Amino acid sequence: MPKHLLNPNKWIDLYADYLFNFTISRVNDREMAQDLVQETFLAGLKSMKNFKGEASERTWLISILKRKIIDHYRKINSIKGKAEVRITSNNDSETEGDWLEERVADPFDKTAEDTMQNTELGEAILNCLSKLPEKQSEVFRMKSIEGIETEDICNELNITASNLWVIIHRARTAMALCLKENWF
Amino acid sequence: MSKKLKIGIPCSEASLVCDKSQYKESSFWEKVKHNLHLLYCKACRDYAKTNNKLSSIIAQSKLRCMDKKNKECLKNEFNKALKEENFN
Repeated sequence: MPKHLLNPNKWIDLYADYLFNFTISRVNDREMAQDLVQETFLAGLKSMKNFKGEASERTWLISILKRKIIDHYRKINSIKGKAEVRITSNNDSETEGDWLEERVADPFDKTAEDTMQNTELGEAILNCLSKLPEKQSEVFRMKSIEGIETEDICNELNITASNLWVIIHRARTAMALCLKENWF
Repeated sequence: MSKKLKIGIPCSEASLVCDKSQYKESSFWEKVKHNLHLLYCKACRDYAKTNNKLSSIIAQSKLRCMDKKNKECLKNEFNKALKEENFN
């Protein structure tokens, strides 16, 4: 008997943010990331019969998404001459004649290790967020991740400001507890 | 009648100010009262320390989420496909 079962009715609520964060850290383009996440869910839906139940639902969806990301890079690099070096064109006469390398290289650029750690941290946060009650998760996401103003959240969710701060307090306490073991 | 300055705040108010501070929504006077409270309350000091750490790791992660509108669109598209799949 398979250890894990699929429940596509809950995929968007449970995994959309997780997959989106995973994708955007690899493609760095919001629209493209959204498209890839959508394609992943649809591909998952079509290949549900192939799910053996050995991995969790999320792991299985991530494996589909990884293939979609690889396909995306293959596609954009497949046409000859389409490879593009992204250098900001600089017509400023003051910097004319400066070494091109100085403009391209960023000495404060993050290392691959930092990027990987941030991705893992982001995934851990989303994992903890998915364990919160729906209302807490929604308010916390809007306030702490999307940075939406208190007033706007209150209007959208039809709650009072004091209610919002109670929800935030509960969510922050639960998030800290969840993240404490590995990240504090 | 002279007005007395109310400086001491209860723990519930201190934690509220601490939460608001994480989003830069507490006033100067609230911060003063909160800091004074922290001088004599270890539980609130611990809470503030954990709360600050949580904010810093969220900032460090540079986490990005799908916005609500796009998520709703995705949900609608997906539900359509789900219905078709169930129908077939």
